[in-house]
Order: sequence, then structure tokens, then C-alpha cells
Amino acid sequence: MEFGIFTIGDVTTDPTNGRTPSENERIKATVAIARKAEEVGLDVFATGQHHNPPFVAPANPPILLASLAAQTERLVLSTSTTLITTTDPVRIAEDYSYLQHLADGRVDLMMGRGNTGPVYPWFGKDIREGVPLAVENYHLLRRLWREENLTWEGKYRTPLQGFTAMPRPLDGVAPFVWHGSIRTPEIAEQAAFYGDGFFHNNIFWPMRHTKQMVDLYRRRFEFYGHGQADQAIVGLGGQVFMRPNSQDAVREFRPYFDNAPVYGHGPSLEDFARETPLTVGSPQQVIERYAAMADHVGDYQRQLFLIDHAGLPQETVLEQIEMLGTEVVPELRRIADARRPAHVPATAPTHAQLIEAGESSPNAHVNPAARNAQSEAARQSREGARA
Amino acid sequence: MTRRGEAVEVEVVELREIAGEITNHMLTGFPSGELAAVIDRVLAADGIIAVTPVFAASYSGLFKSFFDVLDVDALVGKPVLLAATAGTPRHSLVIDHAMRPLFAYLRALVTPTGVMAASEDFGTAGLAGRVDRAADEFAALVLAGGQGAVAGLGPSGEESGRVSGTTDRFDAVTDFASLLGDQLR
Repeated sequence: MEFGIFTIGDVTTDPTNGRTPSENERIKATVAIARKAEEVGLDVFATGQHHNPPFVAPANPPILLASLAAQTERLVLSTSTTLITTTDPVRIAEDYSYLQHLADGRVDLMMGRGNTGPVYPWFGKDIREGVPLAVENYHLLRRLWREENLTWEGKYRTPLQGFTAMPRPLDGVAPFVWHGSIRTPEIAEQAAFYGDGFFHNNIFWPMRHTKQMVDLYRRRFEFYGHGQADQAIVGLGGQVFMRPNSQDAVREFRPYFDNAPVYGHGPSLEDFARETPLTVGSPQQVIERYAAMADHVGDYQRQLFLIDHAGLPQETVLEQIEMLGTEVVPELRRIADARRPAHVPATAPTHAQLIEAGESSPNAHVNPAARNAQSEAARQSREGARA
Repeated sequence: MTRRGEAVEVEVVELREIAGEITNHMLTGFPSGELAAVIDRVLAADGIIAVTPVFAASYSGLFKSFFDVLDVDALVGKPVLLAATAGTPRHSLVIDHAMRPLFAYLRALVTPTGVMAASEDFGTAGLAGRVDRAADEFAALVLAGGQGAVAGLGPSGEESGRVSGTTDRFDAVTDFASLLGDQLR
């Protein structure tokens, strides 16, 4: 199982002292956070894509990730999310392929639609077309990574005539893709259709909701012939704040919680922690809470934590990452490895695994579901002939 | 309704008791605590009698907040009787000018008679008569089974894109190939 952190690069005033970091500070802090993640043994760093304040996540994530590729050796570089609705799929294909080369394949990415209406028109799009944009753009992206001399026509961008996106993906293997959605069944269905990963960013949601979305994805993953439901590739979000003594954690985090842009001024920290994955307490409490996630959604492959938000000082954020890497994740990894059946993948496929799997991986094909259906039909007719 | 041989179960929900949870739902996007159970019971009811005090010439903010956090389709085809209390009869049109448009938007089946009780109406014969008339209309709607009692005359709830319940429908999946359409050549 892989563990990591994800950030949306929010520039938020620290409610305890009124201090707001500059954009430059926040951007440099993000780099330090990723380096720290690698240093303490975490597996993944994922950045959001943002075009509006109060965020300084990159407008094009490969810019940040390419810098990190040069400063790290082991960390998987990912996104949370890449906006498939408002970003030209041709640019996504080319920029992430280039990143794959720079990072020697340590790249995957997560598709998201974005949830703020004003962003769409900045790129000539309409939020009411959010799902159809995600559907058409992603299918084109798959083809751009897998086909040369592509001739294509669709509804949302100019047609392509004999076009080859460059550079080609590293070793001819497209990066693994996750689809992130909180409450849109069509996106879980999309992830299942292609045999891609499904990420439920459940940090603001009760487990009963997360479970329904993940169950839908797993059921349809099996329906499309990519494997059993429990072999589908699932990721979850998480949110923790830790101190050795749980009372200290609650006392220190409460002002950040109470004033947080998303849930502040609403439910109490205690109520919100009960209903959502937010865990504020000792590392042991975090271990117990997150070890139990698999009881609800099944054995899953990736757990990302939101750590740098709500105005928390950089020093505190780095301490949190340190605790995650040294005290929490080794134990969570041990528990996950012990409970996971052998036929369930431990992680999303890595670049090396995708090369080795070759044609047998859904990732190798534009439409793996159709291919699965054909081979199933062929198998049935062979069996019919034998009988 | 009992005269028609139907048993009637009446359950009273006081929004005051879940006022904090309604506000939290508005801020977090999901129901917590007792509110989730209350919403489930409202969705499961055969009909709803919705009553609000008049505040500043309209329903109370708390009353509106409860219906704001329900799914937009939660009350489609649901028989509803509207009622309000007020300190003065000059608020009498609140039911028709404020409440009725809200429930029309929610596509509830609202009885023609609403019951407004201003302070001076309490204890008068007129109020009792309006209660009886509204109850008669409401019982007829409930006994008829709400929307869909007469089938085949218009699009079903599914076809019109709105059916009672919540939008989290995880069992009715749109096949992805149909979403891809022409892209699957």
C-alpha cells in the first residue's frame, strides 16, 4: 500500500497570529513538504491544479512536479487533481509524457473536473458540460498517449489530423490514471470502464457515502472484465493532526479547525471528526482510525493525507509529516500488508509493472473493456465448441 | 383516512431540536446526528404537513433551511399540507405567496387549502372549518398515493429526470459506452 500527502496549495491566514504567507513562501514551502515526504519514507506527493486565489497550486502541475523530480529519487509524483475539463488534453498528454521522462516513470495522475464554476469560462468552457467534457477529453487523452498519427473529431476542441503528441510516453507506457470524484457516479463508472484507479477524496464526507461510491466503482470494474471487484485500484483521502498527547493535539488544532475555510464556523471539531476521516489525537489514534478504513471500502492501494492547510505554520506541517513517516505509516503499512489477500494488488501499477504487464494491462489499451468483452466471447465460443 | 380503513401514524418533527444539525448540514454538505434519521423519515412519509411561524412576512429561516438541505428531488409528488401561524391576520397570504412557490419548485403535491392561524383565529369556528377542509383534501391526496396514481398519462418520474429521493443513486448507472457516444467509433 502507498501512503503520501496531497496539497491544494491554499494560502490561508494563520488564525492564531493573523500571519498570511506570501505566494513565494507558500510555493517554496510546498517543495520543502515534498522533499520531507521523501526523506521520512512516504511514497507519494500529489499537487492540485489551481487557477484562482487563495491557492498557489500550479496551473500546470508538471511545472512543480518536474522540479520535484530533480530533487527526489523515490517519491511517486502525482496530482490531486489534473483538471480534465478545462485543460486541453493535447497539453496534458505532452506535458505529463515529458514529466515521465524527467522523473524516470515516477509519475501518475488523477483526473478531476474542478468544482468552482468561474474557472470554466476562463478556459472557454461551461461548467454545465462538466461530465461530458471529462468524458470526451479523457478518451482523447488515452488515444493521444497510445496512438500516433491520430485523426480525431469531437465536440470540445478543434479536430486533429494525423497528429502525434510528443514526446511519446516513456517506454511507450502511458502513466497510470486515477479518477477523483466525491459524488458523481459517472466518474466512478468512467474509472471502472477503463480499469483505471478511483480516488474518493472523502476528507469532508462520512464513510457511508464514501463506501457507496467505492462499491459502485468496484462493482463496475468487475463488470467491465478487468478483474474481481476487490482487485480494483482504490485511493482515499485523509486528514490528521497529531501530538504525542491527544489533548495537546486537540488544543493546538482547534483554532485552525474552527476557522478553516471549508468547514469552519460550523460543526464542532469533535462532531466533524466523528463523521469524517479527520483524526486529531495521538499517532496511535491515527493508526487505529486509518487501519480500519479497509473494513469499510475493502483493501485499498493508496492513502493520501491533507497536512498543509488551514493556515498551519510550515514548521508544524513538517513535524506532522515527520510523525506520519516515522510513527504512523510504517505501522499502517504493516497492518495493510498483513490483511491484504494475495490476489489484491498492493499498489496502483508502477511504471515498471506496466512495462512488465505489457498488453495484459488495461492501461495498454484505449478501450480495454471492449477487448475484455471480445476475449470473453472468444473463450465462451471455444468452450461451446469443446462441448 | 381511518374511515377508509387505513391506519394513520402521525409523527411530529420539531426543527428546533435539530436546528444546529441543519446549520451544520448547510455548511458541510452532509447530514449528521439526528438529522439524517429525520430526513429519512420525511422521505418515507406518505404525506407531510409543513408548518411554520411567520417571521418578517415569510416562513422562518429555520423552516427554509430544512428544505434547503433536502435533496431538490426529495419531495417530488409528495402530498403536502401547508400551514402557518402569525401574530396578525395581515400575514394571511404568506402560505400562498411564500410557501406555495417553494413547494411548487420542489414539485410537491400541495392541497388547495392552506391553514393560516393568526392569534385572533385561535378558538374560532372559521379555523376549525379550514382545518377540516384542508385535512379532507390532504387525506384524498395521501389515499390516492400521490403522484403516479394514474399511470400512462405523462412521462414517469424517471423519464422527467426527477424522482423522489436523493441524488445519490448508486444502483442506476449510466453505461459508459453511451456516455462516450461517437467517441467509441
